[in-house]
Amino acid sequence: MPLLLLVGLPVLAAAAAYAHRSPRFRLGWLVATALVHVAVVASFWARPPAPALGGWLAVDPLGLVVLTLVSVLFLVVAIYAVGFLQTETPRGGSVFVSCLLAFLAAATLVAISHHLALVWVGMETTTLALAPLVYHRHDRRSLEAVWKYLVLSSVGIALALFGTFFLAAAQTRGRPLILEDLVAGSDSLQPALLRAAFIFLLVGYGTKMGLAPLHAWKPDTYGEAPSLVGGLMAGALTSCAFLGVARITQVTVAAGYDAFVQPILLGFGLISLVVAAAFMIGQTDLKRLLAYSSVEHMGLLVLGLGLGGVGRYGTVLHLLNNGLTKGIMFLAVGNIVLVTGSATSDAARGILRRLPVSGVLLLLGLFAVTGSPPFGLFLSEFTILNAAIGQGHPWVAMAMIGLLALIFVGMAAVVLEVIYRPPETEAPAVRENLLLVVGPIALLVAVLVLGMYIPPPLQRVLTEAARGLGGVAP
Amino acid sequence: MSGLHELLLLCVVLTNFWVLGTTRLSATIRATAIQGGLLAALPIALHPGWSLHIIGLATGTFLVKAILLPTFLNWAIREASVRREVEPLIGFTASLALGALAVALSFGIAERIPLPESDSALLVPVALSTVIVGLLVLTTRSKALTQVVGYLILENGIYVFGLSQVERVPFLVELGVLLDIFVGVFIMGIVVFHINREFDSLDSTRLTELKD
Repeated sequence: MPLLLLVGLPVLAAAAAYAHRSPRFRLGWLVATALVHVAVVASFWARPPAPALGGWLAVDPLGLVVLTLVSVLFLVVAIYAVGFLQTETPRGGSVFVSCLLAFLAAATLVAISHHLALVWVGMETTTLALAPLVYHRHDRRSLEAVWKYLVLSSVGIALALFGTFFLAAAQTRGRPLILEDLVAGSDSLQPALLRAAFIFLLVGYGTKMGLAPLHAWKPDTYGEAPSLVGGLMAGALTSCAFLGVARITQVTVAAGYDAFVQPILLGFGLISLVVAAAFMIGQTDLKRLLAYSSVEHMGLLVLGLGLGGVGRYGTVLHLLNNGLTKGIMFLAVGNIVLVTGSATSDAARGILRRLPVSGVLLLLGLFAVTGSPPFGLFLSEFTILNAAIGQGHPWVAMAMIGLLALIFVGMAAVVLEVIYRPPETEAPAVRENLLLVVGPIALLVAVLVLGMYIPPPLQRVLTEAARGLGGVAP
Repeated sequence: MSGLHELLLLCVVLTNFWVLGTTRLSATIRATAIQGGLLAALPIALHPGWSLHIIGLATGTFLVKAILLPTFLNWAIREASVRREVEPLIGFTASLALGALAVALSFGIAERIPLPESDSALLVPVALSTVIVGLLVLTTRSKALTQVVGYLILENGIYVFGLSQVERVPFLVELGVLLDIFVGVFIMGIVVFHINREFDSLDSTRLTELKD
């Protein structure tokens, strides 16, 4: 029952927010729904809920990690949205809040659904729910961005549906397309069809993750979407898409095809790192820079998945860390855009003086997102690196170190210029709205804590999630 | 009824060629509408027995793919008053040749796909060739609206493939898929409408402002 509530509540709230004329009520629905969602998800940590709809909806460790990430990020974004909408009034304001809530419902469905066709329905709905938000400024650039986003994501996700049908065809016993039955009956899956299903699902959901070379929509979409939408996409949407990739990997690995999936995942991972490094250098737009950073981290996720062993533990931990950090970065950049009107590094120069809090958030976020100690991403990237060495892939480890170093230089060059280089015309410091900074600060604390201490319940869930994927905990 | 579904599947292939060969945007939309109607009849022809699941699927498909979406796309070209027609990036003869190649290729691939309980020998090759034609239309036509049609054909191909799994995918999920496709094409149509107003053209090759 709580599982149905978790999906149904945001849908009802989206309808209610659409019906309300007053923006205050709409934002009330948004924040209240986010709070209830977080509370229900928190209760799952104490007591796992019973499966609903005959096993279609259930919470497993990996799903719980994604669900928690979506829920926390959404709360942060909801609070941010209250401050954001005070300054900026989007065209079609009533749609804005309703689309956010519809996204929450769809992302929740993806995280808790154990029926792989239902996962697809949720995933496509997340794409559609965010499309009107990308087009929020109603100008030529955002029009181009939303078109690319819609066409590329839709085609990608259509291929994932193809893969889902292949998987259904591969199954010879058990309830169709239910994750548990697929894993339990994995020895009876048709090998050729299973491999076809893996390829199509990886390409399909990989497009939504933004793995290179399937990432063409990402820089444009993140560059044009409002920052809070970018944060939701880079933190929550891509994590949901990764969950889709992880599910099919779990089934394929359980069927004994680890040797088949590993090189493919490693290939996508390394190409993503190379593309991210190449396009970050000389980047002048902060949001596009973050888009390539997202390509990088998606690459790291599939790299860890492909390495196996402790790499899969590293991947699950990295999923959490990356999602939280993307929230910090996008919201900090969002504050800069609100004040300077642009995310280009020229316009944002000397931001530390104008926006002290957001400037510091951006600076610390830079170190977090590039995997510097003591932040959580250092720990997870280090675990993945260890897996590369431990699983006998020294070349992968060396490539990873080299590319991560390049990425650090590329990102730091842009961000440090924005922070330290004095602006052409001196502008006075702006008093920052508490609503716009409290969320990213909380996320920063979380990422910092995760780098030094992993609480035992989380450790247990991470370990079980890694085991489910056929990996081990360090 | 065994002959009927083969006939329907062949007609699906013919509508694919119609889309590839026509110069008129309105004819493209009419072809997809007819294809939608054929797809709605397919589950009934494949699984005679009038179960609620099959009837629901056929009705939903007919409503969305043969009536609602074509009507909406027609509205979009009328409102956007599109005068110029399909404008392919490659010639019509080349498109048709590629389409023929796609069909040949699909029969080759389908032989290697060991579907356990295949209802019809034609089902998989027709599904694959429709998917390929959809991708072809998506990539070789410059009008944004034709690309929406390409996406629709791609989804139609996947739907045909899904018909081989119709007993395994619950009706509720199929409805969800159908609804998602409907909303997806609807939003795309609205974006197409805005592209036309903003750029005075439905040409998606003009969308080149964003780059690194």
